[in-house]
Amino acid sequence: MSTIMSSLRRADEGRARAMTGLRSRWSSLPRAWRIGAIGAFMVLLYSLPGLNIPLIKTPDTDFTSVLFLCAVYVLVAVGLNVVIGLAGLLDLGYIGFYAVGAYTVAILGSPNSPVVVKFPWIVCVPIAIAVAMLSGVLLGWPTLRLRGDYLAIVTLGFGEIIRVFALNSNITNGNRGINGVPVPSEANWPSWMTWFPYVSSEKQIFSVSNVIGFYWLALTLVVLCILGVRRLERSRVGRSWLAIREDEEAAEVMGVPTFKYKLWAFAIGAALGGLSGALFFSKQTFINAQGFDLFTSILWVAAVVIGGAGNQLGVAVGAILLAYLPERFREFADYRLLIFGVALIVMTIFRPQGLLPSRRRSVELEDRAKEASVVE
Amino acid sequence: MSEQLAEREPLLEVDDVTIKFGGVVALNGVDFTLYKGEILGLIGPNGAGKTTCFNTITGVARPTTGTIRFRGEKVVGKKRFQITRMGIARTFQNIRLFPEMTALENVLVGADARHKTSVVGALFRLYRVRVKPEELTEVTATGGMTRLAQQLSRTGQRFFGLSRHILEERAARAKGMELLQLVGIEGRAGELARNLAYGEQRRLEIARALATEPHLLCLDEPAAGFNPAEKESLLALIRKIRDTGVSILLIEHDMRLVMGVTDRIVVLEFGKKIAEGSPSEVRDNPAVIAAYLGVPTDAA
Amino acid sequence: MNFQFLGDHFVSLTVTGLTQGAIYALVALGYTLVYGVLRLINFAHSEVFMIGTFVTTIIWAGLGFSVGDAAPGTLGVIGLIVIAMIAAGAASGATALVVERVAYRPLRKRNAPSLIFLISAIGASVALSEAVGALTDRQPRGMPTLVVPKVQFSFLGADVTNLQLGIFFSALAMMIGLDIFINRTRLGRGVRAVAQNPDVAALMGVNKDRIIMLIFILGGAMAGAAAVLYDIKVGLTTYSVGFLLGIKAFTAAVLGGIGNLRGALLGGLLLGVVENYGAGVFGNQWMDVVAFMMLVVVLLFRPTGLLGESLGRARA
Ligand SMILES: Nc1ncnc2c1ncn2[C@@H]1O[C@H](COP(=O)(O)OP(=O)(O)O)[C@@H](O)[C@H]1O
Ligand SMILES: [Mg+2]
Repeated sequence: MSTIMSSLRRADEGRARAMTGLRSRWSSLPRAWRIGAIGAFMVLLYSLPGLNIPLIKTPDTDFTSVLFLCAVYVLVAVGLNVVIGLAGLLDLGYIGFYAVGAYTVAILGSPNSPVVVKFPWIVCVPIAIAVAMLSGVLLGWPTLRLRGDYLAIVTLGFGEIIRVFALNSNITNGNRGINGVPVPSEANWPSWMTWFPYVSSEKQIFSVSNVIGFYWLALTLVVLCILGVRRLERSRVGRSWLAIREDEEAAEVMGVPTFKYKLWAFAIGAALGGLSGALFFSKQTFINAQGFDLFTSILWVAAVVIGGAGNQLGVAVGAILLAYLPERFREFADYRLLIFGVALIVMTIFRPQGLLPSRRRSVELEDRAKEASVVE
Repeated sequence: MSEQLAEREPLLEVDDVTIKFGGVVALNGVDFTLYKGEILGLIGPNGAGKTTCFNTITGVARPTTGTIRFRGEKVVGKKRFQITRMGIARTFQNIRLFPEMTALENVLVGADARHKTSVVGALFRLYRVRVKPEELTEVTATGGMTRLAQQLSRTGQRFFGLSRHILEERAARAKGMELLQLVGIEGRAGELARNLAYGEQRRLEIARALATEPHLLCLDEPAAGFNPAEKESLLALIRKIRDTGVSILLIEHDMRLVMGVTDRIVVLEFGKKIAEGSPSEVRDNPAVIAAYLGVPTDAA
Repeated sequence: MNFQFLGDHFVSLTVTGLTQGAIYALVALGYTLVYGVLRLINFAHSEVFMIGTFVTTIIWAGLGFSVGDAAPGTLGVIGLIVIAMIAAGAASGATALVVERVAYRPLRKRNAPSLIFLISAIGASVALSEAVGALTDRQPRGMPTLVVPKVQFSFLGADVTNLQLGIFFSALAMMIGLDIFINRTRLGRGVRAVAQNPDVAALMGVNKDRIIMLIFILGGAMAGAAAVLYDIKVGLTTYSVGFLLGIKAFTAAVLGGIGNLRGALLGGLLLGVVENYGAGVFGNQWMDVVAFMMLVVVLLFRPTGLLGESLGRARA
């Protein structure tokens, strides 16, 4: 037994050796240090709106709003990463789930929606997540049996259907949209919070004029979701997803119910997409079909892959770049997509594994390149 | 021997199985029975339909007609992962490991077939199990934050137990290492499967299959490409596995190897069963000799 | 829901649908050719089409024929169309080739996984459409009316115009030409060989890179031709014109069985017709929804499309 335990330990060490540079240095730090470093980083993230860091401030837009957008995009990327990075399913219509979540909150919570139930936010959001999840299951059930490439076009179609529906249906108020999307809470900041710049006790926690409350909420949800996905990743679930990605038939023969796990990935991704949409439009307080074009959806996929599909930190970086750069460099607004497109091509050629790749993916890519050079 | 067999419990019954791919009849009315505890050899020239036979048993291919029963239960029509959970495991002739996973992780995928943790369970870990004192987190650090953290989690585990997920995961890793040890590659547990040597990969496939806790292990040419010494140690391994109570269905090209390890042999040619019996019976069967005529017995 | 309308206008909806579908089919060929050989969704193909629509207007303007000008005589019109087809076909073919060279070939050499190809394709698509967008100030560009729709004959109560006939039959002629090229010529055999098994084809002396260049040029040229027909039909183009049309054409390719040339034709026509029926029944705004619904339903029952996949077995 003890020899087994020692080989097990050796196995873990071997695994750590396989990691590269920074990452291995990080994982060889004492646990307490790592926790401390992450804690300090979290404090930094929460206090970003109050810090006056010169270069990163956005000149033309409220910086806290930009931070909020970044957080929402990270949430989107974390969800999309479950689908693309972990389960290896190409979903080009992810924005459909985002829209479903957003509209569910708007319809159930707004006094101006065609359905006048006016549930509070805290009731709306779980329903929104559930409805988005359900839509993921309904879409995935028939289509996840299809080959990967077909999934791309079918999900694209789904995204478009949701948009057209939002534009033309009565329940969404068509293109007029719905205003009065509920905010999380009407309460004011407690007085002890006023030590923080930008927070004053007469102000609402969630107000349009000062969105720091929204940012903190979004950041908190991001952290929780990242931790949750990490748990899944390091369990039999993540193992099954990886096995499916590598050899679906062999995985099935080894006892992995592949369809079930793909459907779960789809459902979890959809739920997170729905949550992101709900969150974003709670801050906007107004929703119409404009915000849900397929193009944005495709940009999200690009952000996930460029950041490093399969690695949560990587996809977060990709999402932040996608949200932040256009706001930071407004003067290039006309060319930003052009630059983005060129950057995508350049990236895939010079750094196909993404900015912060998952270890497995970078190894895999190197491997394939080696095989290719042997064939040549 | 044969009157003993009649009393033994049939494990796998292949009954009149035919499978056609377009015009090709890959299996033609094949039937045989594998009894509990035996090693049954499945031999035949290349293209005889041996792998196809495995495919029908494990649900990879669906027979055109015929039935297959495992422990009395119908196999045809079941999903592949269900068949695995019924207790049939296999290896592949052309190795199909998960190349970007470590050897141990490959085995864990197999072990997951017996795990009960659900997706929700892995996420929220609400299913708690009371643990014995020796299973609690050990307090190893001598001081500082780490010691405090260890003490806290120990106390937490006393009150709330451990999640089933964690316990399963621990047990699976221990079992996985045991299996790697059984096939003789425990020193390579942390290596990515694609970096293993060819022979190690073949052995890892066996370990992964065993991790699903099968009653029947189907080995598709496990010795292909092995030198005589490697073949010899594989034989020993196969016997060892049988001695743990797992029955074995063995496809092998090498007549000598099959003769040495199997209890009985089924011979296929062009999709048809042409002979069945003990190794010596099969060896002396004129039809078998004809089928292998011109083909050296060491064709692999 | 207005089934009455569908019943009353069944034939005319069919005719409009076939015309639209012919354009889908021509563009779909590009997706199908590339997918058949490389197993790659050439996402940038929509922009290859878009370039064609602009080159057409530029050529016509260059020939002194701009918005508001009256159409010249029949011969003149045919001349203008033929010249535009050659120019747009060449420009689109060249664009496709550049995309292949810049965005795909480096990845192919490294045997990159398909997700990476897709991202590069998206990059190429965004870059092309945004470049044109910047050049045109994101303004739509109008076209002279080249063909004034004139009713040629009535069929079961539906009027069929010269425009519709022209579009449908010129698209059909080009597709038949391509089909003959792929199935009857030596180069076409090379394409099929690479599609079936690239390695074996290479062993038999087929130059894979040349074949790949060929299919990009062919697909691009077909998209260019489609662009001319589109310009004549719609009379307006803009930098983002490729996006939805590209998605539709790709849908058509999948519908018919991607990698299958005749599947692209069938898929395109069927898509055009069914979405027109759908528009008739549910209203114009639901057209795309009907199109995608049909795709899902077809894939559920025939997971490889109506005619099945594989360029190699296009004749089967
Ligand atoms: N999926 C398939 N499609 C078409 N033919 C197949 C398929 N699988 C096996 N075959 C054919 O069935 C025959 C038996 O093959 P196989 O079972 O692999 O033989 P063996 O394992 O005995 O060498 C071969 O002629 C092979 O070409
Ligand atoms: Mg075989």
